[in-house]
Amino acid sequence: MADFTMPALGADMETGKVVEWLVRPGDRVKRGEVVAVVETHKGAIDVECFLDGVIENLAPLDVDMPVGAVLATVHGAGGVETAAPAPRASAPAAPPAAAPAPAVPPVPMVGPLVATTRARVSPAARRRAAELKVDADRLSGSGVDGAVVIADVERAMAAGAPAPRATRGGFDPVLMRQAIAAAMARSKREIPHYHLAETLPMRRALDWLRDTNEARPVTERLLPAVLLIKAVALALRDFPELNGWFVDGTYRPSPTAHVGVAISMRGGGLIAPALHDVAAKNLTLLMRELADLVKRSRAGGLRSSEIADPTVTVTNLGDQGVESVFGVIYPPQVALVGFGRIAERPWVDDGRVIALPVVTASLSADHRVSDGHRGARFLARLNETLQQPEAL
Amino acid sequence: MNEPVRMTYREACRQAIRDALHADPRTFVLGEDVGRYGGCYAVTKGLLEEFGPERIVDTPLAENGFTGLAIGAALAGLRPLLEVMTCNFSLLALDQIMNNAATLPHMSGGQFAVPLVVRMATGGGRQLAAQHSHSLEGWYAHIPGLKVAVPGTVEDARHMLAAALADPNPVLIFEHVVLYNAEAELDSGVSAVDLQHAKLRRAGRDVTLVTYGNGLPKCLAAADVLAGDGIEAEVIDLRMLRPLDMPTIVGSVQRTRRVVIVDEGWKSGSISAEIAARLAEDALYELDAPIRRVCSREVPVPYAAQLEEAALPSIDGIVAAVRSIVPRRD
Repeated sequence: MADFTMPALGADMETGKVVEWLVRPGDRVKRGEVVAVVETHKGAIDVECFLDGVIENLAPLDVDMPVGAVLATVHGAGGVETAAPAPRASAPAAPPAAAPAPAVPPVPMVGPLVATTRARVSPAARRRAAELKVDADRLSGSGVDGAVVIADVERAMAAGAPAPRATRGGFDPVLMRQAIAAAMARSKREIPHYHLAETLPMRRALDWLRDTNEARPVTERLLPAVLLIKAVALALRDFPELNGWFVDGTYRPSPTAHVGVAISMRGGGLIAPALHDVAAKNLTLLMRELADLVKRSRAGGLRSSEIADPTVTVTNLGDQGVESVFGVIYPPQVALVGFGRIAERPWVDDGRVIALPVVTASLSADHRVSDGHRGARFLARLNETLQQPEAL
Repeated sequence: MNEPVRMTYREACRQAIRDALHADPRTFVLGEDVGRYGGCYAVTKGLLEEFGPERIVDTPLAENGFTGLAIGAALAGLRPLLEVMTCNFSLLALDQIMNNAATLPHMSGGQFAVPLVVRMATGGGRQLAAQHSHSLEGWYAHIPGLKVAVPGTVEDARHMLAAALADPNPVLIFEHVVLYNAEAELDSGVSAVDLQHAKLRRAGRDVTLVTYGNGLPKCLAAADVLAGDGIEAEVIDLRMLRPLDMPTIVGSVQRTRRVVIVDEGWKSGSISAEIAARLAEDALYELDAPIRRVCSREVPVPYAAQLEEAALPSIDGIVAAVRSIVPRRD
């Protein structure tokens, strides 16, 4: 028997609540199966089980529970019991070759049951919201210190209030803004960033992409973004100090690169869910997964592993027309790679000035873990990787 | 038919004492300078001539002694009406007030009542410096066995004394020194008041101002200022600090959802703290905004006029506290 616990869906998450169980007590579950929907600042997330067996003792719905709290117990199938990784203490991914880790005892529930960061709602407004069945936590407040007051609840009711239970995929721009604020403030507070940038010629990559796409049906065509993401993952293989998590004063490199892709949300905010194990996947599959990830980020249905697993982030603001990005690292990650717009620029080649499509790649990295010298080597490796697009 | 009468708070206090002396031969006044001098705040002026030295008794400057004397008189069946010059000096009599007056009825299993009435001047605002300007009524409200009356209107000054004398418990009446010159027309239809209920002095829907004593005119003035902004403030005059009329306060907060407590005592451990705590205990879900308090600065009340003004609750301070929790109506 092992515990299925509230996962940490991002560094800023302290509590979450189960808003839907997709299994019933006694159901057989498999590792990787989506068993519950958990509501967080990022909206409703599909949470996967890390265990095989029969699930029992499902936690009640709509109750705030701290990260690590037991949501259910899973009885092992065929005598084989697998423990859930303790969410906060887990390495980004278990090394594939290593022997199965010994069972980690479940994290004891020591945190308060009520979130310390919950939205400010006046007591009277909370009661009024309960009467009107309005979710006061999802409103923006006009009261003291931005608290939601009765007037906000009644206005929301009149305007068609958000339902108390999160609709799947629904996300609140205000809560998301709070989550981003918390994560980015923590990043700037804790992470000594250094920033490097390099201009990368893109002629070969774009030529290869054009040729490749000509041979493909429209639905299978690749975008430059997918090349950049793959190139980052490949280049990171030799730079473990840029790919992993810095947790509680210790850096743990990740053997694989789960690349968080920054995706802007309609209505504001952004989310950076993971494309898993990017280096091992071909471009066609990555393109399909990227499109799916963007769609699910905006429409709902992200999976917990996609939220929790990124080991590095790639942000691509080229579509917005900027030249370069000076990114803020998403803790507990230690690096962020940014790309600006791919555009033709004068380029000196063999003593002659030519017009060449280029992109500015930037690296924001954590000086606690790596130094500018290694960061520069990484950007050089990224450049080399992009000059051999056929190998991507 | 009674003509409407206009009088000062001081005159109301004096008329109340005269009435009491006429109504009950057991009643007598004692205190420092109450006779020949006519009272430090001139409340008992003329009473020595009218009632004679047996009923208007000048005492030595010995608060513990003459308060003990008054308690003894009350125990023996008289109705002493004790004046302590200011509540600052009452600390010298605290042992008598707390350990005897408030306690004997309980310790005797109800065999002894102490029907004592103590009048004290309280509060600042007249440049009398720290030893004469404090507001200690909140301290006395801590003590079971006492009743603590805080008349904030001429009407209460006129009628609370009779109710206090009729009460079998020791009753302390705190008269604010700034109010003595306040003048108002008495409602001829009112001939008695109770010692139980707070009173709504102004109705409003946006915020409840809870106050007493000299906080009352300040709150009413602040409510006028706020009305100019379209903010309707409700003003509750506590009248009694012990017992506290929480139902009236909670009833108002149920309407307005917001509360500012105005108390000339210091904030720490004050009656305003007690009210805020009880609202948190009993009315948390009525509140749509944090409770605010306007109290005296935590310093001995200064002598210098500007500093004294800055130290005491002000109309501007009350207005600012309200604005901090009531959204502007635009």
